[in-house]
Amino acid sequence: MPETEKVTGSEAVMKTLIAEGVNLIYGYPGGAIMPIYDALHGYQSKLKHVLTRHEQGATHAAQGYARVTGNVGVVFATSGPGATNLVTGLADAQIDSTPMVCITGQVSSHLLGTDAFQETDIISISTPVTKWNYQVTKASEIPKVLSKAFYIARSGRPGPVLIDITKDAQFELSEYAYQACTAIRSYKPVPTLQMSQVEKAAELINASKKPLIVWGQGIILGEAEQELQTLIEKASIPSASTLLGLSAIASDHPLHQGMVGMHGHLAPNKLTNECDVLIAIGMRFDDRVTGDLNRYAKQAKIIHFEIDPSEVNKNVYVEYPVLADVKQSLQALLPLIEENSHPNWLDEFKQLRKIEDEKVIQAQLSPTKEGLTMGEAIECINKATNNDAIIVSDVGQHQMMSARYSKFVQTRSKVDSGGLGTMGFALPAAIGAKMGALDREVVAIIGDGAYQMTIQELGTIMQTQAAVKIVVLNNEFLGMVRQWQELFFDKRYASTEMTNPNFVKIAEGYGIPAKSVSKRKELAAAIDEMIACETAYFLEVMVEKEGNVFPMLPTGASVSDVRLS
Amino acid sequence: MEKPQSFTFSVYTENNLGLLNRISQIFLKRHINVESINASESEIENVHRLTIVVEITEAQAIKVAKQIDKQIEVIKAFYHREDETIYRETALYKMPINCLYDGGRVQELISDTYASIVNVSKDYFVIEKTGKKAETTRLYNELRPFGLMQFLRSGRISVTKEVMDISSELTKLVS
Repeated sequence: MPETEKVTGSEAVMKTLIAEGVNLIYGYPGGAIMPIYDALHGYQSKLKHVLTRHEQGATHAAQGYARVTGNVGVVFATSGPGATNLVTGLADAQIDSTPMVCITGQVSSHLLGTDAFQETDIISISTPVTKWNYQVTKASEIPKVLSKAFYIARSGRPGPVLIDITKDAQFELSEYAYQACTAIRSYKPVPTLQMSQVEKAAELINASKKPLIVWGQGIILGEAEQELQTLIEKASIPSASTLLGLSAIASDHPLHQGMVGMHGHLAPNKLTNECDVLIAIGMRFDDRVTGDLNRYAKQAKIIHFEIDPSEVNKNVYVEYPVLADVKQSLQALLPLIEENSHPNWLDEFKQLRKIEDEKVIQAQLSPTKEGLTMGEAIECINKATNNDAIIVSDVGQHQMMSARYSKFVQTRSKVDSGGLGTMGFALPAAIGAKMGALDREVVAIIGDGAYQMTIQELGTIMQTQAAVKIVVLNNEFLGMVRQWQELFFDKRYASTEMTNPNFVKIAEGYGIPAKSVSKRKELAAAIDEMIACETAYFLEVMVEKEGNVFPMLPTGASVSDVRLS
Repeated sequence: MEKPQSFTFSVYTENNLGLLNRISQIFLKRHINVESINASESEIENVHRLTIVVEITEAQAIKVAKQIDKQIEVIKAFYHREDETIYRETALYKMPINCLYDGGRVQELISDTYASIVNVSKDYFVIEKTGKKAETTRLYNELRPFGLMQFLRSGRISVTKEVMDISSELTKLVS
């Protein structure tokens, strides 16, 4: 029998959060959630609350925390503007499958629908960007609804859940009876593995002369890194990652071919259209990965290891799906895989890598012209951290440079806003990442545009002393849009040039040690100094103004039509 | 390109607040117009059923059905082509009372189409016609010249032709 006692709805929230294993909450108080904050005040020893400087920052911090720990990120916000400020983070978490539970205060139930002060219909607003949402109007519902929220957020393909609690329900007394949610009759989080699908996949992989693996974040979410590595090594299969799959396999693994997609590596992109069997694992054939679908891997037999049935045949027709939890399906697959080697096929990757090295990578990592490149700054970070930092990127050129050049030795080390491409993601996400991985170095790599979208979170760093290392790669442009304007809009730089403030002074205003560098000879020492610093640190790197990210697949191009310049 | 055709989605759900909104947003997100929608109890206790009719391609229908099925409180979603279902819609036609006696044409229409009069008052009377959309539309076109005062067609209700064991499958799911 579950224990019963009478408590307020707000206290029921605290007790349920603790029962669900929560110890960290990001949020921002306001009128309609005050009873919950009042209850929180009495639970400070068990539930740490981080006051962000904007509700959007709270969502991204919760995402960063969730991405490095695998735990559910938790957010509190008030009704009205507090709730609507969550929308970007919810959408980001939904498209990138990040487990998150947001709890919003709502006006009292008798005021619903009256356009009361700070009333907004957050259930309707958040519906398309949540895995599930629910409005609570009675305190007695809280334990059951919240445990269901956590179960939904973390099970199957994870995602964000929003629970809206009216103010009267927060005050109301009711019997507290908690039981962990373990099943919902209308929800099947994980499809039942069919051995016939696994056997067919094994048969194709064993017979393949030119196999290619493209893995995604599913490997990390499904904790199947070891199974993936065993598969890759056993059958000697060249393998590439999507943006969100990065760090699942160490960057210097000899079979790791880099990243696929719009700014991915030449070899895995081009050879997608040469392979005979394409093995997609925990990825969803995003348009930034596939380019033109009519010219994507048409020659290949495609196997798709996937947990979400709605992803199979959504973008790419797949003849051989394997629907299941990826750890389970790979474990079932491995004994059926024969040891193999593909020296000639791997040689094709080497040759293309050599071309990319000569035409693109050398100019980024060992530039001879004057302006600093983003690539050399990232390379310095790799060196200063022995490739073992958690790299949190924002969105734009610096993100693609970081995806291409940052190196990793352990999983859950790359945090990005992938599907939604949310500028302003990195600074708050890095705060969450640091709190989720206190013993690790967390470096946020941000562009000068994106930085200013959530720059107020420096206040959160100041207050919490989160030792986040912030690197702004400043080209005084919205660089990625500028690059497209240069290439596809006749260099008409419409609203992409930025007049920026003195970022060093701003950081110092928040008590964060700060420096700006613009010369090559100062770069490595400045990055070493930043990494050596025990507190948060801000480093601005003035990079060349009109640098471009290559290789590139222009919109509508095929993966085999990679542009190198 | 595959041509759009009429598809009927049968969605078995929990009876929860907000679910209709969640499902209609799946269509909206893909710029698909909902032609008709009906919510009702189903043959299984505590399971509700939505019947939604849209014009899309089969490729779209497959994907939309999966997206609906994926929603937490959806127990199961099916889609069917027009020829796979037996379906009906009910239409109500409110007419001025004088046309009932004006030459007898309206009375003829009512008996020819197996429609019925469900209410008569001093000023108007109400005709009810149940059938396929084409049939209720035909009667609509015939009645218009007589001064149709109000017209309303219900959402579609449909059952499948094949002896699909939906019920037993669902009963397994919800038990």
